[in-house]
Amino acid sequence: MQQFLNVTLTGLGQGAIYAAFALALVLIWRSTRIVNFAQGAMGMFTTYLALTLIEAGQSYWAGLAVALVAGLVLGAVIERLVIRPVEGGPELNAVIVTLGLFVALQALAAILFGSTFRSFPAPFDLRGFTVGDVNIAFTANSIYVIVAVVVVMLGLVALFRFTDLGLKMRAAAFSQEVSRLLGVRVGRMLTLGWALAAVVGSLAGLLIAGGSLVFPAYMEAVIVYGFVAAVLGGLDSPGGAVVGGLTIGLLLSYVSGYLGSELVALAALAILVAVLLVRPQGLFARTAARRV
Amino acid sequence: MVQQTDRPATRAVPVRKRRFRWRPRSTFGRHGLAVLVALVAVVLVLELTSPFRNSQLATMSYYAIAAAGLTVLTGLNGQISLGHGALMAVGAYTTGLLLGPEGDGALTLPLIMLIAAAVTALVGAVVGAAAARLHGPYLAGATLALAVAVPGLAIYFDHTLGGEQGLRIASPEVPGWFDATIYFLFAHETPSAKYLAYLGWGTLLLVLLLLANLMAGRVGRVWRAVRDDEVAAELAGIRLGQVRVLAFVVSAACAGLAGAVLGVVVRLAAPSGFTIVLSLSLLTAVVVGGLGSLTGALLGSALLVFLPPAVTNLGIGAGLDGTQAAQLAPFVYGVVLILVMLLAPTGAVGVLKKVSGRRRRTR
Repeated sequence: MQQFLNVTLTGLGQGAIYAAFALALVLIWRSTRIVNFAQGAMGMFTTYLALTLIEAGQSYWAGLAVALVAGLVLGAVIERLVIRPVEGGPELNAVIVTLGLFVALQALAAILFGSTFRSFPAPFDLRGFTVGDVNIAFTANSIYVIVAVVVVMLGLVALFRFTDLGLKMRAAAFSQEVSRLLGVRVGRMLTLGWALAAVVGSLAGLLIAGGSLVFPAYMEAVIVYGFVAAVLGGLDSPGGAVVGGLTIGLLLSYVSGYLGSELVALAALAILVAVLLVRPQGLFARTAARRV
Repeated sequence: MVQQTDRPATRAVPVRKRRFRWRPRSTFGRHGLAVLVALVAVVLVLELTSPFRNSQLATMSYYAIAAAGLTVLTGLNGQISLGHGALMAVGAYTTGLLLGPEGDGALTLPLIMLIAAAVTALVGAVVGAAAARLHGPYLAGATLALAVAVPGLAIYFDHTLGGEQGLRIASPEVPGWFDATIYFLFAHETPSAKYLAYLGWGTLLLVLLLLANLMAGRVGRVWRAVRDDEVAAELAGIRLGQVRVLAFVVSAACAGLAGAVLGVVVRLAAPSGFTIVLSLSLLTAVVVGGLGSLTGALLGSALLVFLPPAVTNLGIGAGLDGTQAAQLAPFVYGVVLILVMLLAPTGAVGVLKKVSGRRRRTR
């Protein structure tokens, strides 16, 4: 029972991060119909920037701020420079470009920061709370992770629901031609969308790194889990991404806790294939027939 | 999909009669002749170059086998696969298990390689059946998941598959008849490394011959039809699912053969040898060479072998340490992938065709 509780709580914490990551994928997919396979590598890169600052003596929060700003800039620059030319083109070309970014960023991080394992500090206590005389796997840091993800999500909801900018971004994603006619600068909105997604991806990278080890390939598996979560919820649905993320976090945590951590990626593959074969539009997609 | 305009089949044929035809009329004859010429070239190159170049060429052979398979899948049938590294792992582990730790397995190496290809083709059939309904990014994501998942299996079954350390693969002995033939021709013994290069290139040429014929024939036309316009293909009576699965099976069998050659050349099958970067390197090879062209796959795999030492040396010259300089090669792959997609999506072969076409027109 205690193990079940621990595995569930760990899964919830992981799930929150996967949800944030899936949300970043969904943001980009909705506006440009591109799955950003470089998302993980971008998050990894900004996390290394934060780590460099923290190791130079700055606080965790300074590192966090720099990582998020760096993510914003990186996302915007990448969209302008390499994604814009393949937007709306053959879908395979865009996939290949994001994969190229993925390899290049990962190798660049290894060149600049080295490929050794380095420990990343956590801002809060990593020891589990004690309830009665039982130690549970829920830490002050897990609360921070969940709160951070919830705050970001509420921020995004507020942006898209209650601001002009959010409305313009939704319009640009919904119909480029019409929004252009109505005076929305569609190009800028797409750049902004990539930048925001990269901020969320950077946050996910930092949260995963907190209290564990970072190395250039540490986001490789996360990009897969985030993708599976996004597909589970439906690539078009931000709400679906959140539910998908939490579900994947829990499922993978059970697999890891009861079967073996080596099988986690295999389980993710199995879930992905099952979802794509049974309900390819995802659990929450509005459009019934979607080619996958 | 990368645009690829096939040349019109009817070219102006010279009407002069009784001209000596140096190119055989049948497709198979033409391909067979090209392979024979290539075989002679391979023998000469392998005999005239140093053992170090021989081992590089052995490496190139398995990259090229896998890239040829991938270019059929991605270039001709329009299905992207980031899981070919994982499929190579299946081939390599199968070879290792059948060959036995001391090379004392009951089967001969060619038979083992065939079995490795068959096993991988079977895995490819399963993956292909799931992948047949997927497009672009969905297929990329699913095969990426495959690439991440498969190395975990080797660690989970560490009793049979050797876990993180991997499975040691015995180096096969040089067969007596082969040694004798080379001795007869060139009057020297064949070291094991050179035999492996021969083995790899022999397999590669065979694979290229089979794939070239497949591509030139009905199957290739059907694959291209499905790639270019699914609806039209389906209306023409083509069963999309079957065609896609067949492409995946053929491609996977190539990856399995490549894995088998990799296994005996590297003498080790370990999870760290089949990372995502391997799959993405293969993708780089086919994209840079030109999607859908076997020549392109060859060019691209030559790049995978001969570029890393060059850029690593440059990096060390620029003051990087060894491990950092080793990462320059994947960095270049990534940058090259992006640049090719932005500037010349048809790859090297496409650019060459365009240049030679322009020259022919102006003449």
